[in-house]
Amino acid sequence: MPPERSTRLLSRRRWLPVLAFVCFSFSSALLLGTPDHPQISVFSALANYSLPVTQHNGQDYVGLLELLDPLGNVTVSVDRSHWKLRYNTTDLEFTADKTRVKIGGSDFDLPASFVLENNRGMIPLSAIPSLLPRILGGPVTFHAAGRRLFIGNAGIHFTAQIASNNPPKLVMNFSSSVNPSVHQEAGKLRLLFEHEPIAEPGSSVLTFGNPTIPSASYQEENGMAEISITGASPLFASFSNENRTLTISTTPQPQTASTTPPNPAPVATSRHFFAVVDASHGGNERGAALNDQIAEKDVTLAFARRLRQELEARGLSTLVIRDGDMSLTLDQRASMVNALHPAIYICVHAASEGSGVRLYTALLPAAAESHGLFVDWNTAQAPFVANSRITESNIAIQLQKNQIPARSLQAALRPLNNVTTVAVALEITPQQNDIHNLLSPAYQQAVMSSVADGIAAAKSTLEGAR
Amino acid sequence: MIPRHILITAGALLVLALGMAFYARSMRSRASYESTASATQPVTAPVSGPVEQVTLYVAYDDEGILQARGFRIPLPSGRQQRAEEVLRALIGLYLDKSSPHPLGMGSDLRGVYLVDPQLAGPGVEAGLAVIDLNGAFADSHRSGVLLENLMVASLVRTLAANIDGIRRVKILIDGHERETLAGHADLSNFIDVAALNQMSAQLASP
Repeated sequence: MPPERSTRLLSRRRWLPVLAFVCFSFSSALLLGTPDHPQISVFSALANYSLPVTQHNGQDYVGLLELLDPLGNVTVSVDRSHWKLRYNTTDLEFTADKTRVKIGGSDFDLPASFVLENNRGMIPLSAIPSLLPRILGGPVTFHAAGRRLFIGNAGIHFTAQIASNNPPKLVMNFSSSVNPSVHQEAGKLRLLFEHEPIAEPGSSVLTFGNPTIPSASYQEENGMAEISITGASPLFASFSNENRTLTISTTPQPQTASTTPPNPAPVATSRHFFAVVDASHGGNERGAALNDQIAEKDVTLAFARRLRQELEARGLSTLVIRDGDMSLTLDQRASMVNALHPAIYICVHAASEGSGVRLYTALLPAAAESHGLFVDWNTAQAPFVANSRITESNIAIQLQKNQIPARSLQAALRPLNNVTTVAVALEITPQQNDIHNLLSPAYQQAVMSSVADGIAAAKSTLEGAR
Repeated sequence: MIPRHILITAGALLVLALGMAFYARSMRSRASYESTASATQPVTAPVSGPVEQVTLYVAYDDEGILQARGFRIPLPSGRQQRAEEVLRALIGLYLDKSSPHPLGMGSDLRGVYLVDPQLAGPGVEAGLAVIDLNGAFADSHRSGVLLENLMVASLVRTLAANIDGIRRVKILIDGHERETLAGHADLSNFIDVAALNQMSAQLASP
């Protein structure tokens, strides 16, 4: 063999393990879904998203425009070293390489300098807990070590307990649907939550007192949450209850009828929903005071969740856009619905006066005309209003069939007029003027079962209009 | 022994303090009397003009309906003044003890602004009316989709029924735009009178 060729072969052989390592690392990263770049994950009622984190002067930074953009109306202007941002109605002014910020006329100091790079304004991650509540006007929780930011009440809680000993099964119940990537490793099962706002449990280590599934641990890293379950023998995971329940056992479990396979794109906005249900009011906006103790926002949430249950029982995929006690503006609600393109939008209200259910479709205001692709925001409902009234009528018929008084009306009620799909609002009132009726599961079931029947009866009309 | 000039000074200060206390007390009673007296005075001058028949669209909360009712009230000659008097008569009805749609104390109309049809032209729309209500009206209004829409329909229908040529109405609160009346009825948009007539037809019966 010529010496040159032998050197080349040797060189190739020397590179082979390195190449194999690179391929293995890359494929592992792909398989595990772990991004190799630093990132921050943001969880809010409006959207869950991840943003890249960059290093400046030894500190982690994130783009402020990218951080706020999915949460509200943001505009930015740059004047040499001054970077001005307007978020909804709050004005902020930053200066490159300075810590002093003007927020609506008052001064605020960042823990490290503001960075302006190619007209992109960046703030240190350490400023998030103090700066963001001033901009958003609400609470935020930032897990600095794991780079996970929770805005408002965003968070999925879970419980874990051993359900049976022979064979041992660990049942984990989540407060909302989850879609973790599951990785089986020797002696453990890892659940990696990239897009879900899993809330940190009280203790990072959970012990179950079972020799086969002795414990689980929780950790956060690079914007993601991981629950790792240790097992004396190989563990298998199965989802049920619309991905809200995860059962882990030593034998593979058949998926139940209601189980949906893990969604490859678990961000809520990427799924297609037949219906979007909106629990009106929420957060600081309590709605009508139905009596001294009962606020409209709590009643609407209970009815909205019940309607989701009833619609899903009829095979109609449903999203509740306010599934917690949080504030959403009317424009935010309409924008979310329009982005999701559901077949129907149902907005839930409650009142103490009257009896039964009042149904509303949009009373379209006097407004500008739509031009081509540009639809007038205030009369966006116009092309759908005829189908909205047909659906309103279907729901009223079903309610009356079940002896629940129903009345169909038009109303100047936003965001009905801003929604670009069939849109109906419900105003639910108690029976026999007993306000506590609104909290009765039986009454909620009776009303929402009829409403779901009415929507199901109009399914073909709704899908045609879609 | 206390020197005499100190005793005299202390005595003078005591007399002064007692005098100030009596003066403050009398001022307080006077202020209280004046505020009570001013609260009972009419806000605007009494209307003069011939008594005329008007139609008020009245909201009845118990039945959840809006019904037209005839009244005879004195009306001035000016178009804008007539509009204000008609709406004041409607609000007066709601402020009455036997109100079918009770309003909170202090609810009032600040003014009605109409575009003079003769001044209409580019940028000035004929048929536009602005109803300006006071803050107490909105702040004390009961919350609910039906209750609030009944009030909006009552105001707009009453205005349009008694003043010719009104096609669009904007409702302001204390001179400013407000998103809703009390959490539900939309006030951010201009109300189309023709569309509202359809809605009030639905509200005519329970």
